[in-house]
Amino acid sequence: MNATGPAASAFVEFERVQKSYDGETLVVKDLNLSVAKGEFLTMLGPSGSGKTTCLMMLAGFETATHGEIRLGGKEINNIPPHKRGIGMVFQNYALFPHMTVAENLSFPLEVRKIDKATREEKVKRALDMVQMGAFGGRRPAQLSGGQQQRIALARALVFEPELVLMDEPLGALDKQLREHMQFEITNLAHNLGITTVYVTHDQTEALTMSDRVAVFDDGVIQQLAPPDELYEQPQNSFVAQFIGENNTLHGSVEKISGGRCTVRLDDGQVIDAMPVKVAGEGERTLISIRPERVEVNSDSLGPDAHTLDAEVLEFIYMGDVFRTRLRVAGNDNFVIKTRNRADQTRLAPGEKVKIGWLPEDCRALDA
Amino acid sequence: MAEATADTATPTPGSVATGPMLAADGVPLKRSLARALRREKLRALALIAPLLIFILVSFIAPIVDMLFRSVENEIVSETLPRTVVALKDWDYESGEGPGEDVYAALYVDLVEAEEMKTHTRLGSRLNYEMTGISSLFRKTGRGIGRMDTDAYTKAITTLDAAWNEPATWIAVMDDDSARALLPETASAWSSWTRIVAANNDDIAKEEPGDFLFTTLYRDLSAATPDALAGYEGPEAARVREAAARIGSIEPVSLREQFLDIDKDWSDVQVWGTIQAFSPKYTPGYFLSAVDLQETPSGIEQQPDDQKIYRLLFKRTMFMSLAIMFSCILLGYPVAFLLSSLPLRTSNVLLILVLLPFWTSLLVRTSAWKVLLQQQGVINDVLVWMGVVADNDRLVMINNQFGTIVAMTHILLPFMILPLYSVMKTIPPTYLRAAKSLGATNWTAFWRVYFPQSVPGIGAGCILVFILSIGYYITPELVGGTTGTFISNRIAYHISSSLNWGLAAALGTILLVLVLALYWVYDRIVGIDNVNLG
Amino acid sequence: MKTKTILMTATAVVLAGAASAEEMADSMTLVSWGGAYQASQVNAYSEPYKALNPGLEVIWDESSNEAVAKLRAMNEAGNVTWDLVDVVASDAIRLCDEGLAMEFDPDELLAEGDDGTPASEDFGDLIVSDCFIPQIVYSTTFGYRTDMVGDTPPTDVCAVFDTETYPGKRSLEKRPINNMEWALICDGVSDEEVYDVLETEEGQARAFAKLDTIKDDVIWWSAGADTPQLLADGEVVMGSTYNGRLFSVIEEQKQPVAMLWDAQVFDLDGWIIPAGLPADRLARVKDFVKFATDTQRLADQAKYISYGPARQSSAPLVGKHAELGIEMAPHMPTDPNNAKHTFLYNYEWWADYRDDLDAKFQAWLAQ
Ligand SMILES: Nc1ncnc2c1ncn2[C@@H]1O[C@H](COP(=O)(O)OP(=O)(O)O)[C@@H](O)[C@H]1O
Ligand SMILES: [Mg+2]
Repeated sequence: MNATGPAASAFVEFERVQKSYDGETLVVKDLNLSVAKGEFLTMLGPSGSGKTTCLMMLAGFETATHGEIRLGGKEINNIPPHKRGIGMVFQNYALFPHMTVAENLSFPLEVRKIDKATREEKVKRALDMVQMGAFGGRRPAQLSGGQQQRIALARALVFEPELVLMDEPLGALDKQLREHMQFEITNLAHNLGITTVYVTHDQTEALTMSDRVAVFDDGVIQQLAPPDELYEQPQNSFVAQFIGENNTLHGSVEKISGGRCTVRLDDGQVIDAMPVKVAGEGERTLISIRPERVEVNSDSLGPDAHTLDAEVLEFIYMGDVFRTRLRVAGNDNFVIKTRNRADQTRLAPGEKVKIGWLPEDCRALDA
Repeated sequence: MAEATADTATPTPGSVATGPMLAADGVPLKRSLARALRREKLRALALIAPLLIFILVSFIAPIVDMLFRSVENEIVSETLPRTVVALKDWDYESGEGPGEDVYAALYVDLVEAEEMKTHTRLGSRLNYEMTGISSLFRKTGRGIGRMDTDAYTKAITTLDAAWNEPATWIAVMDDDSARALLPETASAWSSWTRIVAANNDDIAKEEPGDFLFTTLYRDLSAATPDALAGYEGPEAARVREAAARIGSIEPVSLREQFLDIDKDWSDVQVWGTIQAFSPKYTPGYFLSAVDLQETPSGIEQQPDDQKIYRLLFKRTMFMSLAIMFSCILLGYPVAFLLSSLPLRTSNVLLILVLLPFWTSLLVRTSAWKVLLQQQGVINDVLVWMGVVADNDRLVMINNQFGTIVAMTHILLPFMILPLYSVMKTIPPTYLRAAKSLGATNWTAFWRVYFPQSVPGIGAGCILVFILSIGYYITPELVGGTTGTFISNRIAYHISSSLNWGLAAALGTILLVLVLALYWVYDRIVGIDNVNLG
Repeated sequence: MKTKTILMTATAVVLAGAASAEEMADSMTLVSWGGAYQASQVNAYSEPYKALNPGLEVIWDESSNEAVAKLRAMNEAGNVTWDLVDVVASDAIRLCDEGLAMEFDPDELLAEGDDGTPASEDFGDLIVSDCFIPQIVYSTTFGYRTDMVGDTPPTDVCAVFDTETYPGKRSLEKRPINNMEWALICDGVSDEEVYDVLETEEGQARAFAKLDTIKDDVIWWSAGADTPQLLADGEVVMGSTYNGRLFSVIEEQKQPVAMLWDAQVFDLDGWIIPAGLPADRLARVKDFVKFATDTQRLADQAKYISYGPARQSSAPLVGKHAELGIEMAPHMPTDPNNAKHTFLYNYEWWADYRDDLDAKFQAWLAQ
């Protein structure tokens, strides 16, 4: 899938959308985003970065201060929420407490004036879809959190919307259930072929579920890309640090040539990196390298590769991997991960080693 | 425990699995647990004791007192003990007044009652049942001392001057056999001792009253020769002597004496009323409270021109419901607005809602008069705008409309506050969820928001309804003739007519109605569906 | 046991001795109606009395309109805190009936007239109950708006029933007393026969029938201040109230209102002493009553309010209003000019018929 998405096939489009609540600060700044039909797009970002606001503008509960939002090619800025036909799952589920599960599900069908027989049929199908067929007669308060979550999902889907919005729907669940639901939701979304805009602040969730992830910070999309690209090729230091575990080293660019650059770290050592987002030679930069791409055994590196001196501070045995904390170039929190292979050496604290990496794995980003 | 037993090398008999478990000090565990719990309960009871006593004294006791007063009727049998007994065998249906014995009993009763100033109270009491009894008793009280019964006194003391001596009487009346021989006199004598004591006089110095001679005359005339002959008590000779010559005394008809004071004493209706209200407890107040009456010939409908309470109960219920509904209509949007505002703004507005509490009830009600009366502000404005003609101004006060308006204003906060507190807890996401599911604003409100606010409506309704059926000041001031409540009548009977028994009966019925409505409410809505905030 | 009796007797003797020495309480609680009336009592009675008895504390309680009920409740609770209570004559009779008021001998309790007439003669028939200490004669009469009656100001009480000549609302007290009498008088019953007629069912029906003719034009009042206010606002063309209230509307507030003295109903207001007061309080209140009801004091009260003193000997001493400076005699209900046609409220009769007629009256009102 293309990172920007061809405008022609776009189903949901934000074009130069801005939002301000108080007339003083912009909560969403110049947002451009398009979501293809059938795509599962996640908005990921720290709390307060404007994700919910975007979702609410799309659902129609907030109006954009500026810009245009289109759904299926039609501008929807002036369409009231109930006419947009968008399914929505809220963080606290918002199941109506005075109705039974079946009544909750039947509600969107009733307001659409669908006849009773069809309604019952659809409710049953939706309940079966989330494996809650036996719970139609219960009140929401009589269900566990996970069950409520399924019902909320079923209710958002029962009237067969083309677009479903979910705002941190799994936030209230415990870890195990959350992982299970992540799987179910993606499955459902793909099987039904609906377009999903999903909001979360949990990067694992974003990475495992989405076709594409839009990383939000401060009302701006920092990067919009499929999970693997996001992880492996973060475009700026925010994304690099926000997504996955990441080691950073400070330094300044010495030389850029042939798609590589040499960076002199603050302690004087020199390493090679990919100049992804550097201002130019002599400018400060932030070096980013994933823990699993760091090599201790310099045999696997190229002959001319730069290496750094490191001192082992801590060795943690984690079963499938070893996690070793090192002091590198004045950074005490430099972590490396190595697979637990039979021949893998286990480093002991106090040991002095040389570490290095392939220049392609090391990204020089904005400082 | 099983482990503990295993650990012990030589288990004591008590700790064998089958025996009662013992606490560390060897007392059976059950008992020491019970003791600990009892101590805890006592401590808890001690903590709530002040509250409990306060509730008992200030809440339960008045209700019990009210229930008691609504049936209590001891005043008749306490004031006229002898008459009540003597009247037992009299048949009202015979259409004839009671016999001389009853008048004699009434005579002694009323002498004592007049001395104790209780006859007028009884008159007021019986006047509730039959018009005219109040003055009958007052008049009779004035006349009772001037009856011709002093003829007996003169005659008997002429026969034997010793009867004028208190000592003679004291000696005779101190003896059981004499009291058995002279039952009416003995009974009158006990009245006499009470009268003398009440006046702080010395019985040994007070000249015996006329009524004692009357009863003595009656007793001696009625005594059989055998009984007289067999009498061996004090002053036996004197008693026999008096008895022997009693026939020479001209009898005085007590019936005539009473009729001389007031001819109403021949009215069977009067006697029937006394008889009907003789028992210590009466359903009479309750009957009156539902427009029935207890008459000597049974329970009857009140005459049409006196029927009022059923109408007032109905009206009170209807008006209270109307006030309740107008409170919902006005209060709901206000509470909705308040609950959707940020806390700081809503707090300020809440103060405005509570503002009416800080002005006196009279001021608020009078303000409505100024606004609503025919020469009032609203009518003036309407006339000025040409909506109504000057000579055809709207009547908006001194009727039901005025009452509903003024009461709604006064009771509105009691609707708004519980509504607000319930609405505050309904998250706005429900409305959003409903809209996202395709509901219009109205449907979302009606199907999703409103049902969740019902507990607040329930609480507000209960408060407003109960308060309004008890309100009487406002209806009195602005209710005119069609806007008064049953509580106005209760207030009237408490403070003006002093018919506290009827007031208590009306209050009890009101209480029962409220409880019944509460029960119905519980059946329909469910009382756990009430949220007082 | 014996010693105890002796001791008790001794105490009783000491107590009796104390009482006979006229030990007087140094505080007393007087109950009245509040407003201008109570003010006149303060000015004419209690202030001069306090001047003679320095150190005495006089407490006023404005509970007269519920005095009967409150006294009964106090009596039941065994704690009567009032020493002297101002009530209308009918309430005094009722309190006396209930044994709640003290009976007394007028010549013993009350001062002789300034001309030496014994109190019982000076007050004459106004002592309508053995417990009642008369104070003033007031009347319930009609006032009318001079600007709403055209060129023919009413001179006859029957103007109240003449809605042709005097259209507009009239205010009447919400109780049968007085209204029933006026209705019969205006239905052709002579004054002397009113109560005889009213005693019969037909007579009562006749009175109600007469009242029926104006029922729609009546505003019913229950507080003495209502009619003056209604007249001042122009809500009613005429209305009944106490003559003193009308005096203040006319002379103090200068409203276009005039008196219609015709068929004014005389009533009495005075004191009762609650039954069973302790000796020292009783001694104090007796002393006060003797002072406050003497010829001069009763005449003085008329300086502040237009009610007639209950003593014959006070009449010649009635002077000018304390503030307005106008002669008060012409404003007294007993002034010959005003008392051409008067009616005396029959207490005894109403004590009998009040319960019955009140029920009928309320039923009639509610219809
Ligand atoms: N209704 C609102 N009124 C004013 N400010 C708001 C409102 N909702 C959100 N905000 C502000 O907008 C910013 C973005 O909020 P939101 O979209 O909820 O962030 P996210 O969902 O990413 O946590 C935050 O600073 C928040 O304080
Ligand atoms: Mg959010």
